[in-house]
Amino acid sequence: MSRIENTDGSNPIPARAGVGLKPEHYAEILDTRPAIGWFEVHAENYMGAGGAPHHFLTAIREHYPLSVHGVGLSIGADAPLDTDHLNSLKQVCDRYEPGLVSEHLAWSTHDGVYLNDLLPVPYNAETLGRVCEHIDQVQEVLRRRMLLENPSTYIRFDGSEMSELDFLAAIVGRTGCGLLLDVNNVQVSATNHAYDAVAYIDAFPHQHVGEIHLGGHADDEGDDGEPLLIDDHGSAVADIVWNLYAHTISRCGPVPTLIEWDNDVPAWAVLMDEAARADIVLSETSVQHVAAE
Amino acid sequence: MSRLSDTQTGFAHAVFNADAAVPEGIVSHLRRQPRKRFGVYRNNVYVSLISVLEGRFPVVSRLLGEDFFKATARVFVEHHPPTSPVLMRYGGGFSEFLETFEPVADLPWLADVARLEWAWNLAYHAADKDPVAPEALAAIEPASAGSLVFELHPAVQLVRSAFPVVSIWSEHSKDGEPEHIDAGAGGEDGLIVRPGIAVEVRHLPRGGAAFISALAGGKTLGEAAEVALDEEASFDLQANLAGLIASGAIAGLRPA
Repeated sequence: MSRIENTDGSNPIPARAGVGLKPEHYAEILDTRPAIGWFEVHAENYMGAGGAPHHFLTAIREHYPLSVHGVGLSIGADAPLDTDHLNSLKQVCDRYEPGLVSEHLAWSTHDGVYLNDLLPVPYNAETLGRVCEHIDQVQEVLRRRMLLENPSTYIRFDGSEMSELDFLAAIVGRTGCGLLLDVNNVQVSATNHAYDAVAYIDAFPHQHVGEIHLGGHADDEGDDGEPLLIDDHGSAVADIVWNLYAHTISRCGPVPTLIEWDNDVPAWAVLMDEAARADIVLSETSVQHVAAE
Repeated sequence: MSRLSDTQTGFAHAVFNADAAVPEGIVSHLRRQPRKRFGVYRNNVYVSLISVLEGRFPVVSRLLGEDFFKATARVFVEHHPPTSPVLMRYGGGFSEFLETFEPVADLPWLADVARLEWAWNLAYHAADKDPVAPEALAAIEPASAGSLVFELHPAVQLVRSAFPVVSIWSEHSKDGEPEHIDAGAGGEDGLIVRPGIAVEVRHLPRGGAAFISALAGGKTLGEAAEVALDEEASFDLQANLAGLIASGAIAGLRPA
């Protein structure tokens, strides 16, 4: 099994738990230097010229490995990528030398308007071509391999001609990018579209997974009273997702795992507890070697 | 036009138009055009952007109350959605929007409070630069001082208002029950600085804003002092210059 290597070998992200860095915790992290494996930031929050965000991230970066996660590149848009934004992403990467860089299989900008959500795409040849062009462009500008994250979705398109798994595998095959496997997103999408989350994980291209995300979701109901999970990153990781995560690690082996908690951000100690739980799974789960499909 | 482009045009239109039908081709495993499911995207877009504005304009939000602010922000988002994925840049038009937003017409100072909060945001993210030390003032030769030009610190912002905007802002930025501010008490000008990483808002003496504007426009110290004196006969050059340097508003000075 060939694990994808961090493309910047001098700043690797360890196969341990990391936490999404929030301004609420800057001072406490610097004061207490918690034993956390790494941090991840949203690239867009560090695209200002100067001030506190750069001040604190620079100081924290001196002590911890860093992963940069973009949320605004709109890779799934039909329109060309915003080259100014891509250059800003490159500046963030040049400045902070992250061990991993990731973005989403989603779109968020259309006709010059930014919708600030990760919107779904139909899985067909047309979208595949567009997404691959965009990923090629990102990897050329950044001069490194990026990871693409599987989405959480609430609707499907009847214009889809491929499964999400086939779509992701085709992207990896064409562009050479890696994958960020968001296990919560798998649980959310599997519930929302009534498929088997475990089967999805089993069929996921494990050898290309460079990072895992774990976040919280909220319970809701769809139009027909069916279960609908909302990916809100506003609570602790659900037990069902912890179970799916342990299964994922048994298939993928130990992979850097991020605790994402972006809304109603809790005290630092709560995030440390979530990270400790992920670290236990990472260290105690034995890998079941399953022949790659 | 590609199919993907059409799909995204229809999707974006339906997100921003609550009455619009769910676009054809969007399905759940149980039905076509699932309205409630599509509504999750609508909700995500609005709630997240309203939350950005709430964080950016906390005093406007406090003045209006949470529900009124959210309703106001929703109208702003609908008519002025962000044009950049870098959300620290979102909200620059909010003060102009408030000026003409009928439901807040009885709060004529509200737009100026929003202007101050936007200036605070610009200062927070402005480029880093070391301000000149207070000793720099002592080193100025009195004979040549009038011909100096000043480089303002990149974080410097000015907010001029016909209302006591600095007092309203500072009273509502503090914890606890705010004291009543008489909105008719006269205008105030605010200077926003960020010599290190902490943003500070200062109430300028009369003539101070005209002085700083003139310096920012490249006028010499002597010319800027004249502009300030034209506006305010009691303008104290020595005190204003010392205050500017002490607040970290000056990044450099040189002979014209």
